[in-house]
Amino acid sequence: MNRKIIDLWVGIFVAIGLAALMFLALKVGNLLTFNEDRRGYELEAHFENIGALKPRAQVKSAGVVVGRVESVRLDKTTYEAVARLHVFPEYQFSRDTIATVYTSGLLGDQFIGLEPGGDPVMLKDEDRIKKTQSAIQIEKLISQFMFNKAQETPAPAAAPATGVKP
Amino acid sequence: MNGVTRWLTRLGASVTGGIARLGFATRFFIAIVRLSGATFARPQLLLREIYQAGVLSLIIILMSGLFIGMVLALQGYETLVRFGATESMGMLVALSLVRELGPVVAALLFASRAGSAMTAEIGLMKTTEQLAAMEVMAVDPIARVVAPRFWGGVISLPLLAALFSTLGIYGGYLVGVRLIGIDAGAYWGQMSAAVDWKYDILNGVIKSVVFAVAVSLIAVFEGYDATPTAEGVSAATTRTVVTSALAILALDFVLTVIMFRGGAG
Repeated sequence: MNRKIIDLWVGIFVAIGLAALMFLALKVGNLLTFNEDRRGYELEAHFENIGALKPRAQVKSAGVVVGRVESVRLDKTTYEAVARLHVFPEYQFSRDTIATVYTSGLLGDQFIGLEPGGDPVMLKDEDRIKKTQSAIQIEKLISQFMFNKAQETPAPAAAPATGVKP
Repeated sequence: MNGVTRWLTRLGASVTGGIARLGFATRFFIAIVRLSGATFARPQLLLREIYQAGVLSLIIILMSGLFIGMVLALQGYETLVRFGATESMGMLVALSLVRELGPVVAALLFASRAGSAMTAEIGLMKTTEQLAAMEVMAVDPIARVVAPRFWGGVISLPLLAALFSTLGIYGGYLVGVRLIGIDAGAYWGQMSAAVDWKYDILNGVIKSVVFAVAVSLIAVFEGYDATPTAEGVSAATTRTVVTSALAILALDFVLTVIMFRGGAG
């Protein structure tokens, strides 16, 4: 095989190989937003229960992604769950912001929603979000619903209760 | 009693033989790394091996990647549609390819396409005493023949694995978006929301580099260690494919445990 042709083919091979890596990193892996991730500031929020919230879950405000969950741990003295949030630098939130654990869809991933209040003072790096709402646990909701149903209709003959089994 | 002694002797011989072979392989690996300066000083040798191992494997890697991506999309759709989660197709296809299928299947294909060829080539050189002739001419066969092939494989496989994953994702796009009709925005959007470049893609690349070193080393070692007969070369080629496949899958398990254990984080 001619030397030049081998060189050419190896060049093509290495070029498209590197292009594939670039494609994976940029388009599929979102390298650009990751870089943006490193800047910004950290907030802490204490929850009674965070449900199935995981590190790297989204932090949203009005449906827009404004950050990521850095880590989740248990406070050793109060036995509350502490979530560390990483918020992108362009977003500022007021001091009375409410953090809530939401579920996207019925069984989807959990994320933290931030609802800003009216306080003119903004949250700074390492601040703590004071107002939080815990995750809604579907098991608790169902048991509550069934408990209420059972109290409403003591007679098992009632027609609407047929779908609910004890 | 005599039978027991003979059995124990045979067991001991196979254990010491195995350990000796492992030690030889380790010393061989060190010799390759020590002598690879000569390889990079003469890039023409290296380019020829990248051509043999990488460029000539392109067709099989690209076609397999495309088809595996298309099958993933079809099978994934069957399962996802039950949960009404067909928008997650992009995430499913990309994560399975980048984390597992890309590195592993590309390495398996590479071992059977290029690794076996390396073993047969070096084994045949040994059989026809070309390696001995080089030593007579004071040319180290490890520096001249083995190291360029080893590095050619180590450089080629990660690139091939990346191409495999890329074509697989495109194949998933063809079937998922064009054929089944999932929203294209959901396909790419869910994908880039779920795939982290460091956690998923960098770990996938590390996997394929580890596989590349393992497969290339096994291929050149089996060739160099082959019994210099026609049968010996054919047995060595078979051993290359079998050992590589086992090594890839075992290493994959170990690496996956180290990289991805315990979910995200």
